[in-house]
Amino acid sequence: MQGSTVDTAENMVSAAEHNGAASHHEEHPDHRMFGLLVFLAAESMIFLGLFIAYMSFRLISTEWPPAGTPELELLLPGINTIILISSSFVIHKADTDVKQDNVKGLRLWFAITAVMGAIFLAGQIYEYTHLEFGLTENIFASTFYVLTGFHGLHVFVGLLLMLAVLWRSRQAGHYSHENHFGVEAVELYWHFVDVIWIVLFAILYLW
Amino acid sequence: MTTSEVKPAAAPASEAILGNERKWTDYFTFSTDHKVIGIQYLVTAFVFYMIGGALATAMRTELATPAPDFVTPDVYNGLLTLHGTVMLFLWIVPAGAGLANYLIPLMIGARDMAFPRLNAIAFWLIPPSGILLISSFFFEPPTAGWTSYPPLSLNTGMLGEGIWILSILIGGTASILGGLNFLVTILKMRVPSMPLTKMPLFCWAMIATSLLILISTPVLAGALILLAFDLIAGTAFFNPTGGGNPVVYQHMFWFYSHPAVYIFVLPLFGAISEVIPVHARKPIFGYRAIAYSSLVISFLGLIVWAHHMFTSGTPPWLRMFFMITTMVIAVPTGIKVFGWLATLWGGKIAFTSAMLFALGFIATFLIGGISGVMLAAVPFDIHVHDTYFVVAHFHYVLFGGSVFGVYMAVYHWFPKMTGRMMNETWGRIHFALTFIGMNLTFMPMHELGLMGMNRRIALYDPQFTDLNVVATIGSYIMAVSTIPFIINAIWSWRYGQKAPANPWRALTLEWQTLSPPIIENFEELPVLQTGPYDYGLGYIPEKDPAELYSHAGEPAAAT
Repeated sequence: MQGSTVDTAENMVSAAEHNGAASHHEEHPDHRMFGLLVFLAAESMIFLGLFIAYMSFRLISTEWPPAGTPELELLLPGINTIILISSSFVIHKADTDVKQDNVKGLRLWFAITAVMGAIFLAGQIYEYTHLEFGLTENIFASTFYVLTGFHGLHVFVGLLLMLAVLWRSRQAGHYSHENHFGVEAVELYWHFVDVIWIVLFAILYLW
Repeated sequence: MTTSEVKPAAAPASEAILGNERKWTDYFTFSTDHKVIGIQYLVTAFVFYMIGGALATAMRTELATPAPDFVTPDVYNGLLTLHGTVMLFLWIVPAGAGLANYLIPLMIGARDMAFPRLNAIAFWLIPPSGILLISSFFFEPPTAGWTSYPPLSLNTGMLGEGIWILSILIGGTASILGGLNFLVTILKMRVPSMPLTKMPLFCWAMIATSLLILISTPVLAGALILLAFDLIAGTAFFNPTGGGNPVVYQHMFWFYSHPAVYIFVLPLFGAISEVIPVHARKPIFGYRAIAYSSLVISFLGLIVWAHHMFTSGTPPWLRMFFMITTMVIAVPTGIKVFGWLATLWGGKIAFTSAMLFALGFIATFLIGGISGVMLAAVPFDIHVHDTYFVVAHFHYVLFGGSVFGVYMAVYHWFPKMTGRMMNETWGRIHFALTFIGMNLTFMPMHELGLMGMNRRIALYDPQFTDLNVVATIGSYIMAVSTIPFIINAIWSWRYGQKAPANPWRALTLEWQTLSPPIIENFEELPVLQTGPYDYGLGYIPEKDPAELYSHAGEPAAAT
């Protein structure tokens, strides 16, 4: 201002016109969902990097999996996959409910999703403990554990987020049809975890 | 496009408390004000720059003689690893983030970043990352170079390497969070009267930078996670004896680290596009060309990485692809350089410190860019791979580009950040010393590389001695050159002449508020009256260009 030679009367007028709208503490538009989307896009690049590393190891090697690696059992991971995919539909019910101010429904569907996520993790731990190869057995085993483990970590984080939403929703009015970023964010994250698993399942178990 | 509007509010209040002065203690708090965070970034980064510079000076001292007499070769390996890592991850990346933090909201007329708390978290990850890394020097420094190629990095000490990985993962997280914030802020928080095509070019450059950060940094994280497993858990992802493949690491590493050079330099491309029109009093030449070329650079930057790997068994057809894409990237970069030169052409150039550094930037970056095209050619690259020619090339780009750019930005925006003018005379001395020292250090390295001197080795053949002595002298001049800058910055910050709101008579929004800006930046959200670079078109009365800058040298007649 003081130094600004552009500060003409005309400018004053235009500034004055905007006086009303621009009070000091106007409502900030909510960019959190967009921010989360960008974050998940970045997160998916880690997975993409790991997937491509896996494919490279696989395509470079002369024999895959390396000789002597036991076959992967498909039944348990198959069931696990179905559970995880279904949970994406369940968590969407919660989103629908909260938009109608039905916090009870939100809590119910979130609890069910959390249980399904926990079953998925339990199934994965069961699978780990019953596999006949360890982390350092060979390159196939290493990639298997790191990929599924890294995804499992994301599932675990999703569970914590759901518990956080459940905890906060005890307070009446914390989530409502106009204020439910937490619910939507967890839902979006959970879909992300789900999609990653589908790709992972396809390249690790089915390919 | 952009610019100017202005809120009258400040004028009447002048003598009263303006709420724009910060206590020094504010800079040590978890502040969510983007202006505080921007300065925190810049000062922190500069401290790391001093540390990285000290490491470099120690290396040059060692290299003054062919025999390893100043430090042992092991220590030298630690020095070179820490020098590279500190300069890239703790100096240039945070310095660019600091400028972006400070300038983006001001330039687009926002009150703060989109996610202020996330912003503070991102900054506060930097000091732990840096302290962790530097502390390793005192027990077991990483010694595998800043590239940390396996299997070398798996055999040089688990502790140092583990610390290196952890430090980069923390710093990388900070970088991703910062990039996310910049992108959302620029896309969503501009004042309503500012379409994308009326943004200052710095914001365009930061869109391109943020996209690169968001796309490529996570891949580095993936590579480092795998490397950590190899190092600590005994897997063999990158270890051929266990069925792994070290070249996969190189691909993942360079998928980040090549785009990273654009992450280092694009913010400064943006900054120089701001500085040149102001100090040449001319509209920028080719606004759209410069804006879009940033995006083209970031796209091409993602598909050139394997030119670092021409000697890693990359198949010939793939080499051709990467050679061509690498050469093509010179086109958008050349467009920018052309735009800056055309802006200077016929301008009323004021040789302020900021402008001198801008000119130094263009000159040295151009040399680095040309040697970059030379290196893109496969046969030439294979010939000079891992020699000092490569070292010379990237220092011309990173020092001549990024470091000159940061200095330029500091001289230009210091009055806005602190409310005080810097001393121009000492700024010119600083520039002269830096420019001479820089060229004296790195120019001989081209010749050394062509003669076959290998990089990253503490001892060398005596035939290379003379040029190495020259380079070492140059590095001492560069070390000395920071002294006038530091004194100037600290002294000016405390006692410098008070800066008016708009000392350079610039049109972009950050100059249309107080210096330093008040909390939440603007009394009222600005409305654009002109474009950001409409100089010399009658919006500002410019009778005598010298008068525009009278306050920079002499006592203040400015306001």
